[in-house]
Amino acid sequence: MSDEPRDDGFDDLLDAIADGEGFYVECDEGHGSLPPRLACPQCGSQELSEEPLPDSGEITTYTVVTVPTPQFDEDSPYVTAIVDFGPVSITGQVQGVDPEDVETGQVVGIDVGETVTRDERVIVFEPR
Amino acid sequence: MTDPRVAGVGLTHFGKHPDRTGRAMFAEAGLAALDDAGIDPDDVEALFYGNFMGELAEHQGHQAPLMAEAVGLDVPATRYESACASSGAAIRDAVFRLRNGEADVALVGGAERMTNVGTAAATDALSIAADDLYEVRAGMTFPGAYALMARAYFEEYGGSKAELAEIAVKNHDNALPNEYAQMQQEITVEDALDAPIIADPLGLYDSCPITDGATAAVLVSEDYADDHDLDAGVAITGSGQGGDKMALHDRRYLARTPATEDAADEAYDDAGIGPDAVDFLEVHDCFTIAEVLALEGLDLYEPGEAIGAAARGETTRDGDLPVNLSGGLKAKGHPVGATGVAQLISLTKLLEGRHPRADAVESADTALAHNAGGTVASATVHVLQEVGR
Ligand SMILES: [Zn+2]
Repeated sequence: MSDEPRDDGFDDLLDAIADGEGFYVECDEGHGSLPPRLACPQCGSQELSEEPLPDSGEITTYTVVTVPTPQFDEDSPYVTAIVDFGPVSITGQVQGVDPEDVETGQVVGIDVGETVTRDERVIVFEPR
Repeated sequence: MTDPRVAGVGLTHFGKHPDRTGRAMFAEAGLAALDDAGIDPDDVEALFYGNFMGELAEHQGHQAPLMAEAVGLDVPATRYESACASSGAAIRDAVFRLRNGEADVALVGGAERMTNVGTAAATDALSIAADDLYEVRAGMTFPGAYALMARAYFEEYGGSKAELAEIAVKNHDNALPNEYAQMQQEITVEDALDAPIIADPLGLYDSCPITDGATAAVLVSEDYADDHDLDAGVAITGSGQGGDKMALHDRRYLARTPATEDAADEAYDDAGIGPDAVDFLEVHDCFTIAEVLALEGLDLYEPGEAIGAAARGETTRDGDLPVNLSGGLKAKGHPVGATGVAQLISLTKLLEGRHPRADAVESADTALAHNAGGTVASATVHVLQEVGR
């Protein structure tokens, strides 16, 4: 890791996911969201706590990106997907499976990997 | 409270003009609009200007005063940035200013220089309309985001890539006589289906091009139009705006666009009309699937029904509800910050009978403009009606 400033909340979540201790932010009404949060994006409640992220979720939708931005130049083609973990959904890349074999409804776990192009951290989903 | 009139419109050619500066393009559009309006430029009281990626494309922030100056105006000027809905948001504030009686003449417009940075950098610039931390860093591109929505739509309601292709074919066909359009080029469903995939399931012909261009319109109060005997028979009779969560994964729906629904409800209510009064419209078809989502969000189709509208001939030029007679973003082009006002220009010319596709809507008097930002985390809707002089 470089000495670049961190992105509080986001980098904390990635650290936690990498340690197998992923979490999400939950308000007192039970709405889930991703950090950093001072208010619930669904209802505005400021009564927030960190709760453990379920260790698997289901792919809601995905795409195989063949025309990437420069920071993913050498990563393409890659699969970007939205995964429903129940209280929250998260966007990341599906790895460890041929893009042709990715399907909606597939059950995946979450981890943190690195991009090929720039060695940047990326949220990764792998089939369970 | 009276409805602002569209007194004059102007735009540049939409296309690849990498050497043209934003200021030069906006000067051309703005001066054309003033000329078309036939008003004294000294009467303009404010500029409402839309631009999205000026910092990235031209290393130029604070663009609004620069653009006022480019048109030769010494007026307060403000830039609006709501991604692709930037100039839709600019129109909305200009409408409010005129309705409030706080101004009688406003210039609205937008400009975007995009092709000078190349495709990769433009793709990168467009991606920043999404959540940087949680979407862009996961590799989401602008086409990728709409691909996620397209697959969610197919899963929820059904539909096919061939039906999306029919939308592209329709919009290309509409653009054929439009001399301002980037693509005056006929395509077939086969062309679209055979085109390279950008972000599965969306291919090259599902996507709008990268475009340079500028647009401007002179909006005036009804009193000003009357006092100056202006030929300004088109009024903006309704305005609405809606919002949604920034990231797709935080949305309640992936195959519906509540921001459009809210903007439409407000605009219909504001104009005192229902969706059934709409004769034709320009919607934000940055991707073919976006036209589908727009028509459903605008309550012109039930969810799941608009996917086949072009294939069934309902939204084609000779259909009951012509959509994107200008060619849409798909074929006319999408200079992001200029697009909202481009829609206003097309609708005004169509209602006034001076658009190359005006024959399709000869007896029509009510039109809708739908402008969306990002993956529709922002949306504006305006109702335009021919009210006569
Ligand atoms: Zn809440």
